Amino acid sequence: MSTRNRLVVLFASLVAFAVLPIFLKTYGVYLMTLFCVYLMATMGLNLTVGYAGQMSLGQAAFFGIGAYHAAILLTLGWPFFVVLPIAAVACFAAGLALGFPALRVQHHYLAFATLGFNVLVYLVMRNEEKLTGGTFGIANIPRPSLVGFSLDKPLPFFYFTFAATILLALALWWLLRSPWGRAFAALRDNPIRAESLGVNITAYTLLAFAIGAACAGIGGVYFATLVNFVEPAPFHVTASLTMLLAVIVGGSGRFFGPMLGTVVVVLLPEWLRFMQNWYLAVFGFAVVALMIWLPGGLLSIPERFKAKGAAE
Amino acid sequence: MGDLVQLVVSGTATGAIYALAALGFTLLWQAAGTINFAQGEFVMVPAFVMLFFMSFVGVPLWLAFLLTCAVSMLFLGYGFKRGIVDPLIRHGVIPLVIATLGLSIGLKQLVKAGYSAEAHPFPNPFPDGQFALGNLHVSYADVGTLCFAGLIVISLQMFLNRTVTGRAMQAVAQNTDAAKVLGIDVRRMVLYTFLINAFLAAVAALLVAPTYLAKFDMGDSIGQKAFFAAIIGGFNQTRGALLGGVLIGILENVVGFYVSPAYKEGVALMLFLAVILFRPEGLLGKAEERKV
Repeated sequence: MSTRNRLVVLFASLVAFAVLPIFLKTYGVYLMTLFCVYLMATMGLNLTVGYAGQMSLGQAAFFGIGAYHAAILLTLGWPFFVVLPIAAVACFAAGLALGFPALRVQHHYLAFATLGFNVLVYLVMRNEEKLTGGTFGIANIPRPSLVGFSLDKPLPFFYFTFAATILLALALWWLLRSPWGRAFAALRDNPIRAESLGVNITAYTLLAFAIGAACAGIGGVYFATLVNFVEPAPFHVTASLTMLLAVIVGGSGRFFGPMLGTVVVVLLPEWLRFMQNWYLAVFGFAVVALMIWLPGGLLSIPERFKAKGAAE
Repeated sequence: MGDLVQLVVSGTATGAIYALAALGFTLLWQAAGTINFAQGEFVMVPAFVMLFFMSFVGVPLWLAFLLTCAVSMLFLGYGFKRGIVDPLIRHGVIPLVIATLGLSIGLKQLVKAGYSAEAHPFPNPFPDGQFALGNLHVSYADVGTLCFAGLIVISLQMFLNRTVTGRAMQAVAQNTDAAKVLGIDVRRMVLYTFLINAFLAAVAALLVAPTYLAKFDMGDSIGQKAFFAAIIGGFNQTRGALLGGVLIGILENVVGFYVSPAYKEGVALMLFLAVILFRPEGLLGKAEERKV
C-alpha cells in the first residue's frame, strides 16, 4: 500500500471507530472504551517488546499501579489532570527501579523479574487493606469533568478516552521517529553494533521499558475511571500475559500491531462466549500454532504472501 | 531457636522439589538453549495424569507414577521437542518464549475446563506422622521427600559424570559444534535432555502434590521458583539449581513464619533481584564471555 492509501485507511477506520458507539448499547460502548484503555497499555508494551526487544510479563502490574493511584487519589478528591501525570510518573519510576537490576543481565531475566514483580504487586494490592481495600477493592471512583462538561455518561467518556488514546499514539509515533526511537530499534536489531555506534544500550533499554510502564499507568487511570471500581483481579499475571499476547499476535514491533492484537484479546472473548471455559485453552494452543506458522504476527500475513509470490 | 531449625528442615524439603524443577530448566537451557515457560505446567500435568491412572484405571500410586513418567517423557519430553522446540528454535529465543507461554495457558485451561477447577487431594507416598529428634519434630514426609529428591539428583549426577552418554550430553551442553566434530550424535543427546527434564518434572509432581494439592494453576508458582532458583544458583551450573532451590525453600518458610505468610510468594523475587544486582552470574555460576 502506498503512504496515501494507508492514510486513507487509517482515517476511515478512525472515523468508523468514532461513529460506531453512537449506534451501540451501553455494553458495546463500554467494550470499545475498554479497548482504548487496554490499547494504551499494549502500545506501551509494544515499545518495550517490539521496538526495544525486551520481554515484559508485568505490564498489568503497572496498569494496576496506575489504576490504584487513580482510585486512591480521585476518591480523596484530587483533580483528574493532576492524578494522571502522578500515576504516569509513579509507573515510570517503578519501571526504572525494576528494570535497573534486570537489564544488567540477559533479556529473558527481565521476563521473570517482571513476572515476579507482578506477583508481588498483586500481593500488595490484596493484603494492604488499609491502602488498597484488599479484595473488597475501592469503589465509587469519580469520573472527571472537562471544562464544565460531565463525562459520567458512557458516550462522552468513550470520546474522552478515545481522544487520550489518539494523543498517546501520536506521542509514541513521534518518539519512534525521533533519534531515541531509532536507537531503540537499533539496539533490538543488533545490540553490539548499536553499542559500537555510541548508543548506551542499558540506558536506552531502561528508558524504553520505563516509558512502556508509564503508558500502562496512564491506561490504568482511565481503567479505574471507566469501571469506577478497582480490585486486584484485573491486574493478575494473567492480564500481563494477555497484554503480551495482544502485542505478539498483532505483530510486535509494528506500530499498528497492538491495535489488531488488542481487538483480538478484548473483543474475541465476547464473540467466543459460547465456548465458555474452553476459550482460554483454545487461545493458548492457538498462540503456539501462530508462533510456529506465523512468528511475525497477524500483520506479517501480507508480507508472507508477497514473499511467496516473489519466490514463485 | 527450635522454631528456626524446624523451619529450615521443612523448607529444605520444599526446596528440594523446587530444585528438581530448576534442574530440568537448567539442563534444557544448557543443551538446547530453550527457556521453558511451561515448566510449572510440566509438573502440574503429571500430577493429574497420576490422579487419572489412580482413580479411573485403579492402579496403585507407585505404578501410576511409573506410567506417568512414561507418558510425561513421551508427550512433555519427545512431543514438546518435536512439536514446538524444533520448528521454533531457529527463529531465536522470543518466539519460543511466547510459544511456551501459550502452551502454559493452554495446558492449564485444558485441565481446568476438561477436568476440574478444584484442588484435588493427592495421596502421600510417605507415611503420615512425625518423629522426635531431641525437641525437634520432623515429619516422615519431609524426610522422604528429601531422600527421594536426593537419590534422583545423585543418580542424575552419576549418569552425567560417569557414563559415556552422560559425558557426551555434557559435551553438547558446553560446546555443540565441538561435540559434533567429535562424532557425538548431538540431536540424540538433546533429545535425552528433554526426556530427563520431563522425568524430573514428573518426580517433582509426585513430591509436591501431596502437600500443595493438585490444582490446574499449581504450576504457576513452581515454574517461577524453578527459574528464580536456576538464576540464583547460576544458570550454567547444575549444582547452582540445587542450591537456589533449597535456599528459596528455606527462606520462604522463614519469612512466612517471622514476617508475614501473605508475602511468602515474594521471597524468591527479592532474592533473585538481590543476586542479579550483586552477582549476576549466580552464586555458584561462572561469568560467561559475551558471544559476538
